[in-house]
Amino acid sequence: MALLEAKGMVGGYGGMDILNGVDLAVDAHEVVVIIGANGAGKSTAMKALFGLVALRAGQVSLGGKDITNAAPNDLVALGMGFVPQERNVFRTMTVRENLEMGAFLKPAAQTRVMEQVFGLFPVLKEKADQPAGELSGGQRQMVAVGRALMTEPKLLMLDEPTAGLSPLMMEQIFERIVAINKEGIGILLVEQNARQALAVAHRGYVLATGRNRFTGTAEALLGNPEIGQSFLGG
Amino acid sequence: MEALADFVNLYFLPGVAVGCIYALGAVGISLIFAILRFAHFAHGDVMTFGAYVAYSLVASLGWSVYLALPIAIIAAAFLGVAVDRLAYKPFRKSPGIIVVIASFGVMLVVRSLIQLIWGVDVLNYETGIRKPIELFGGFRIAQKHIIIILVSVIIAAGLHWFLSRSRMGKAMRAMSDDADLARISGIDTERVVRWTWLIGGGLAAAAGVFAGINSKLHPSVGWDLLLPLFAAAILGGIGKPYGAIVGGLAIGIAQEVATYPWIADMPLVPPAYKNAVAFFVMVCMLIWRPTGLFRGRVL
Repeated sequence: MALLEAKGMVGGYGGMDILNGVDLAVDAHEVVVIIGANGAGKSTAMKALFGLVALRAGQVSLGGKDITNAAPNDLVALGMGFVPQERNVFRTMTVRENLEMGAFLKPAAQTRVMEQVFGLFPVLKEKADQPAGELSGGQRQMVAVGRALMTEPKLLMLDEPTAGLSPLMMEQIFERIVAINKEGIGILLVEQNARQALAVAHRGYVLATGRNRFTGTAEALLGNPEIGQSFLGG
Repeated sequence: MEALADFVNLYFLPGVAVGCIYALGAVGISLIFAILRFAHFAHGDVMTFGAYVAYSLVASLGWSVYLALPIAIIAAAFLGVAVDRLAYKPFRKSPGIIVVIASFGVMLVVRSLIQLIWGVDVLNYETGIRKPIELFGGFRIAQKHIIIILVSVIIAAGLHWFLSRSRMGKAMRAMSDDADLARISGIDTERVVRWTWLIGGGLAAAAGVFAGINSKLHPSVGWDLLLPLFAAAILGGIGKPYGAIVGGLAIGIAQEVATYPWIADMPLVPPAYKNAVAFFVMVCMLIWRPTGLFRGRVL
């Protein structure tokens, strides 16, 4: 059984359905990417998994436990980490304090896990006492990922982690994501930079108008000419 | 030299003491706004409640009011948590204005209960006059002012430690920064809310007791201070506890110093119109710098 499994997700904001039946699954050892055009429901699907968008129908389970419409802070306790696309750091707090807030549920492990995060993102150690709002976009993204790692999640979900970053920084972030996955953490990504994301992913889902359009291994999706034309920019 | 001593003894030091009272009250208003995003209009009546709890201990057990202070702080802290549970929590997801109206209701209920329990007469913690303490070169300070200022400094230092060092204090800052992200990080936001009321209520009780010590105790002692408290919170930048401390001191000192006969022999502002100074500052800030000195939020 998959670590995270979602079946037939239907829901959206204020009565308007954006998801019209989406299935997703992520295994513990996998990097899975969700791609699709703007408005296809990628981010909404991820938020629904994390209890931030109410589902009218469908089911989500984590490790076999039903978590449909559970509250975000309970999901963190169950081993899910989420990095939103925007507003993903506490801007007025230092980098170290941001990481401490990530460890709110697991204060005992704080020092040890923070060292691991500093190992993964050495630049954060240098900037530990700077307010996160003063960092560059790429460094802020590292803080956000680091914050989510502080609870030692089994599954890390990232909503467009490379949006607005330079190609060099994008490469670094993808490389770190692979490194995190090697530690045995399942990764679910929503990505606009689909080709680069599929290059590091095991499997991918292509969504269109709130439904699954294609599902397959990263190689199969990259090799599919129809997907190449519509979703990977030719 | 004598004129300077008079200015310091009769205007500036009393202003600092009043400023401390405002600061203690305004910090609670600012913290509550930072966490729950609404203006808590019942804050003055939480102050009054604390002041009357202390009075009961003074009157029935013969305690010193300073000994009664910690008990009053604890009582008002729990009043804050209870009021939140009963009157504000049901509206957590409603538009802010609904909670503001609820706080008007709480204000009336708390004040009526105070009048029912303790009556409507003007009371004093102690009768008689204490001689001020002579310092050097003609400077004098009233004993009550020394204690008000010292205890306020200790409370402010404790608050600073709490917000900058403790886990719950940092979680409070995190929630004030971005409540959604705090929830996503796994922070139990309802626990943060409870702590906010404990601290806001406790500080309000200290402000209320000090207001009673500084002048007299009556059922609208806190309500009468609500205007300068909001002026202080807005001056400091609403949602910024350190700003509220600075704003409280500034308003308190400005109110007292404004009654000094700066021009001719008359007070510049007649003492009965002291509150107008706070109102003036508040209106100016709202027009020209609504985020306050410390870049808070807009009310």
